[in-house]
Amino acid sequence: MRVALFVTCVNDAVYPATGIATVKLLERLGVEVDFPAGQTCCGQPQYNTGYRHETEPLVRRMGRVFDGYDHVVTPSGSCAAMVRDNYPRIGHKAAAEGRGPELGEIARSLGPRVYELSEFLVDVLGVTDVGAYFPHTVTYHPSCHGLRTLGLGDRPRRLLEAVKGLELRELPGADECCGFGGTFAVKNPDVSAAMGTDKVAHAASTGAEVLCGADNSCLMHIGGILHRQDAPLRALHIAEILLSTEAEPHV
Amino acid sequence: MSGTFVGMPAFPPPDPPAFPRAARDAVRDTTLRENLRHATHTIRDKRAKAVAELADWQQLREAGKRIKDHTLRHLDQYLVQLEESVTTAGGTVHWAADADEANRIVADLIRATGETEVVKVKSMATQEIGLNEALAAEGIRAYETDLAELIVQLGDDRPSHILVPAIHRNRVEIRDIFLDRMGSWGRPAPDGLTDTPADLAEAARLHLREKFLRAKVGVSGANFMVADTGTLVVFESEGNGRMCLTLPETLISVVGIEKVIPTWQDLEVFLQTLPRSSTAERMNPYTSMWTGPADGDGPQDFHLVLLDNGRTDALADEVGRQALRCIRCSACLNVCPVYERAGGHAYGSVYPGPIGAILTPQLRGTTSEIDASLPYASSLCGACYEVCPVAIDIPEVLVHLREKVAGQGGPGHRLEKAAMKAAGWAMDHPRVMAAGERAAARTRALHPKRPPGATAWTDSRDLPAFPEKPFRDWWKKNRS
Repeated sequence: MRVALFVTCVNDAVYPATGIATVKLLERLGVEVDFPAGQTCCGQPQYNTGYRHETEPLVRRMGRVFDGYDHVVTPSGSCAAMVRDNYPRIGHKAAAEGRGPELGEIARSLGPRVYELSEFLVDVLGVTDVGAYFPHTVTYHPSCHGLRTLGLGDRPRRLLEAVKGLELRELPGADECCGFGGTFAVKNPDVSAAMGTDKVAHAASTGAEVLCGADNSCLMHIGGILHRQDAPLRALHIAEILLSTEAEPHV
Repeated sequence: MSGTFVGMPAFPPPDPPAFPRAARDAVRDTTLRENLRHATHTIRDKRAKAVAELADWQQLREAGKRIKDHTLRHLDQYLVQLEESVTTAGGTVHWAADADEANRIVADLIRATGETEVVKVKSMATQEIGLNEALAAEGIRAYETDLAELIVQLGDDRPSHILVPAIHRNRVEIRDIFLDRMGSWGRPAPDGLTDTPADLAEAARLHLREKFLRAKVGVSGANFMVADTGTLVVFESEGNGRMCLTLPETLISVVGIEKVIPTWQDLEVFLQTLPRSSTAERMNPYTSMWTGPADGDGPQDFHLVLLDNGRTDALADEVGRQALRCIRCSACLNVCPVYERAGGHAYGSVYPGPIGAILTPQLRGTTSEIDASLPYASSLCGACYEVCPVAIDIPEVLVHLREKVAGQGGPGHRLEKAAMKAAGWAMDHPRVMAAGERAAARTRALHPKRPPGATAWTDSRDLPAFPEKPFRDWWKKNRS
């Protein structure tokens, strides 16, 4: 089984710990991971802001870089959803504009091979107990694209519930958007911040020590508000919790 | 395609403010925020329960989508059939290309009766074309009879929700509006009016009864028009609509061309999905249907004004046309986290919320500042698509319209396009991107906490500190 890590640009540049945790976790579960260095970004920021044409070279790059791998794993529901849901649209429109079937073929080939981390663990590896130990109270925020576009369902929760020492606390209004939304956070800062502030208040009401998610872009937004508020709660990616063991606890 | 008028007649400046500016004011209005939060959460929870009762909800949703898509694909054919059916039933059909034409037709029809007052059942189409204001300019007073519309009209306010136009008002505010303004529109509110719902409803009932019994002309919209019988259908909760449809001598219905469905059987689907999606009821309390005039029973003269007002332009757009499936249930508004904070007025149109963000820019174009900002008034969370009873993929249309707006290169987009191009180029050159990441990581001690150009972000949030080195460097050192 050839498995490639699609680390995403946000994790690469800002949250390398998530990529490292994903690699070490998969290796602990017996997966041989490769990281094709030619990868950059899936093009979601461009596409969702209305720059479809600027996305096309990145679609081609993704197609080239991950060609030949059985599975492409990414610690981001949002970037997985971009490939699976929007690449076919980009291909369809490019074909309609007379630029041939190439992008559509990339979408058809790559989409079914791209897995968000929890999907890969539960559906492909067939594990929910990854042998983790994390003695903290945790509340889980299911990011919108993972929740609605990918339909991750309870996979992340099942993984968290199997972590020894971890106490999962129900997040009120869990399925409500945190207000990140890519460039939405910049173009509509007031509404975005109001949504994020409500999300943080809900998380704080659980009394949990950690707000966990499967998308670092949402966590960057939520964590930014937590940091500004000097809140006792911290935002953490699920990969880092799943990596933590009794022998090597996450700090 | 930029001149189509879609409501907001009472907005003082010629151009309403762009969405982010209007939303900022709403976010700071704590009463408004609380009113909206309470109302939308109450309706959304009830809707979820009502929908969960039906085991075949997804099939109903798919059926509604197919009926609407089929009708839209053959709209020309069904509209002609509708015209024939309505005419055969004794009604008169008028075609209006835009708001001005529709308003002129309605005003002429009312003038021909010699009347100067009309009663209205709540109608999005007549709000869209600003009919009340156009009639006022002709010396005709239009009385809204839907309770929420009455509150908006008396308060000299604007509707802020498709189903609950006064959602932004609480009971205390409504009592004050009734006490202050009812007298100047007809029967005054009783002295000592309290803010209990029963008292408020009774005051409205007494005020409206006078108008129902006096009016000779009624104006309505319609939720559906059945092509093969020429029947119009209104779904409502209060019974005021039925009064408007049955008591006057002349009935004028103004309806968007996308409201036609082929047969009665198609109605079966929407009789289930519309009430559950909008009011969380298994069935709406009043479903009124009328097929032309009937001798000695109800209005003796019936006119149907079929309104285009930008709809055929939307129909021509392969991705955007799905917005015309909308049955105006407003479920998308009630689950939208952006609507909940920004309120309906920020959308600068009678169609607020997610559906407004895709419908309005299609009906009136994207040249104005507000219309160009609407496709961006969403975090693309997808909650609207999930609840839509006709499965309109609102996020897909939003992104499609963003492309249109970005392609125009309007304010803010020229710089943005250059930045997107530059970022796209760097990302297509991994070494350039890696070098940028390394530079950012190495200089991280020097980064200001609130970098210039990022104030929209740092006003309320801290930016994360850059790591010592990017992931790709860790990989290179440890794994390759």
